[in-house]
Parts: sequence; C-alpha cells; structure tokens
Amino acid sequence: MKVVFSTSGNTLDAPLDRRFGRASNFLVYDTETESFTVVDNRQNLNASQGAGIQSAQTVAGTGAKHLVTGHCGPKAFRVLNTAGIAIYTTDAATVADALKQFLSGKLKTAGAADVDSHWV
Amino acid sequence: MILAVASGKGGTGKTTVSVNLARVAGRRVQLLDCDVEEPNAHLFLRGVLQRREEICVPVPQVDASLCTGCGECSSFCRYHAIASLESGALTFPELCHGCGGCSLVCPEKAITETGHRIGVVETSEADGITLIQGRLDIGVAMAPPLIRAAKSFLSEGIPAILDAPPGTSCPVIAAISDAHLVILVTEPTPFGLHDLTLAVDMVRELKIPAGVVINRVGLGDDRVHAFCREQGIPILLEIQDDRKIAEAYSRGELAVDALPGYHAHFENLLFRSRELYHATRSEHHADLRI
Repeated sequence: MKVVFSTSGNTLDAPLDRRFGRASNFLVYDTETESFTVVDNRQNLNASQGAGIQSAQTVAGTGAKHLVTGHCGPKAFRVLNTAGIAIYTTDAATVADALKQFLSGKLKTAGAADVDSHWV
Repeated sequence: MILAVASGKGGTGKTTVSVNLARVAGRRVQLLDCDVEEPNAHLFLRGVLQRREEICVPVPQVDASLCTGCGECSSFCRYHAIASLESGALTFPELCHGCGGCSLVCPEKAITETGHRIGVVETSEADGITLIQGRLDIGVAMAPPLIRAAKSFLSEGIPAILDAPPGTSCPVIAAISDAHLVILVTEPTPFGLHDLTLAVDMVRELKIPAGVVINRVGLGDDRVHAFCREQGIPILLEIQDDRKIAEAYSRGELAVDALPGYHAHFENLLFRSRELYHATRSEHHADLRI
C-alpha cells in the first residue's frame, strides 16, 4: 500500500508540510517494502492559482490511494475524492511521526475540505 | 479619441476626474466604467438604464464518454482550471480564463465550450453621456474578460473616457490597452509617488502617451512634482486639497456642477489632454519618417 505525505524535505525526518497544494515535495511511502520515493512539487510553489488542483493530480499520478497532510482545500479535495484517494489530516511535526500515526490507525479520513478556498 | 483615466494607487480620484471630464466634454461622449468589481461612476450621473447584457466566458465541457484522461488538456492549462485523472477530466470553471486551448489540444475531441456567466454590462444615458459599466457577479474573480466585453460596447466615432480600476495588474492593462492617452491620477504623498512610478512604467511598457493629474495638492510634499519634472511627464491639472470637493462628492454631486471654477479647470484638462495626444501623434509620425 502506498501512502503520500506532503513535506518540505526529502527524508522521513523532514517536516510534514501542513499546506497540501504548495508543499515542495510529496514523499510516497510503500508499506510493503518499507521504502519511499520523493516527487518534486515545486512547480506549484509559485502558481498563481490552482496549486491544490495540480498537486492533487500529481498525487493521483503516483497511484497511491492514501494522502496524509495538514490541511486540504475544497478544489484539491474534489480532485482527490474523484481519484478515490483517502485524505488524512494531522498536525504531526515530521513525516516519520505522521507515518507512525497512520500505521497505528490513529488518523481518521477527512470527509470534507477543512480550509477555505483561496480563490473564490 | 479614447482617453483612459488610471492610477497606481486606489482612491486618488480617478472617478472624480472621469465623470467631471465627461460632463465638460460639451458634446456627446461615452464614459466607460471599467472598475467592474465596484463600478461607481453611475452614482454621479444617475442615467436611465437602456440595456443590460449578460456576459459569459467560454469554459470547457468534457464528454466523459470520449475522455481518456490522457492529460493533454490539464498540462496545457496554465491556470490549472482542468485536472486529468484516469477516470477523466475535472473542470473548475471559476479558474478558467476562457482561452479555449484545452478543446484545441484534446486528441479525442472530447471538449466543447459552454458559457459561464461572469457579470453584466449595463448601458445608460445621462444628459448626453452614454455610461457603459461592467458589473462583475459576486464571487467571480476574473475582471479582464468583463472589461474587454464592456469595451466592445463602445461606439466608434464618439469620444470615450475610460475609468480604469486601480493598480497596474491585468484588469488595468485590459482597460487601458488600446487607449490613445492615459491620464494618471495621483496625490502628493509617498504612497501616491510610489504607485505613480509603477503606473508610469506600465504606460511606457504599453507605449501609450500619458500625463498626470495631481489631486489633493497641499497634502504631503513636492516629490510627485519633482518626479514628473525629472521624467518629462506633463502635469495636466492640479486639484487643490479642498474639503468642498469631498462634500460635493459625498452628496453624489460633480465638482464642475457644484463648485465655481472647476468647470474651467476640467475643460482645460480636456484641452491639454487633446493637445498632448496630438503632439505625441505628430512625434510618432516624425519617428516613422526617420
């Protein structure tokens, strides 16, 4: 099973980025092999609009069906939901902490966006 | 002639200048309120509404039975108004700028365009002034398509005054881009000067001749005057910081109607603007000859 984490770094010790759309990287962790890869998302750091949409599409492209992040807005939520990706929100400090929470089953799936749109 | 009234800073007096200029034109004139997020010229003219038209931008409509989720559309769209998933494309009309590129690049011809309403353009008549104003719908964030639509209502052969939105970003560019002359309204304050320098850079980039109106003279300092002198930008009118103007404004009255002397000031502004326009035109022709 693959789980995606939004992060500002590229290791398990790196901070979990609370912002989904403008996180600089996505760490894709494979629970079977206990290994991970990192997907660069910096193209969205300076996007004028639609960063969440683009990021959600990038996450969908990894094939993962689980996403752990800090907050998720309505447009990203719609894309992730359509792609059948479960969203878990946490205030964990690092990717490793968030992974621990995820594996222990402590995280609940988000049923809706938890922050407002930046645009409209 | 199309005369645009713009400013870097907001609240410097663009609408005051625009409506007063329209009033002293002495002939049939069109006044276009391009501040579509909050049009206010109508407060001073109180015309009779003649026409209201809905304005739509084309947005993509995806035929799910044809879409393969290939991603051509979403990678083309720089506004991220369309996302591609294996299950198909998802559209976000509120982000779409209506360029139509997605429907062109779709290899399956799965995308057609449909109208998405963004606002209205209203035309009214007030004592020889045809007021055309765009009014953006609440919740819509994209002003330029509505500004362009409002401009398409201008009749050729009748002078037009364009009241631009504040700032130097896309809506302002959309408003002033085919004006023959821009009047930049500013005030003699540090903010006024800072934003005037941005506005001057903008009109130079667009290659539109410009002059300055300094409003509320008596406030602040003389750095705006010095800047205009150094840059060779003509000061077309200086309006004193006069409480009586604000009082008339608050009653929805025009300075040229309510206060003595202002009719002549604004007539002079119109005259000097025309003169500047014709001077820059002949300079331009001289350049062409060389």
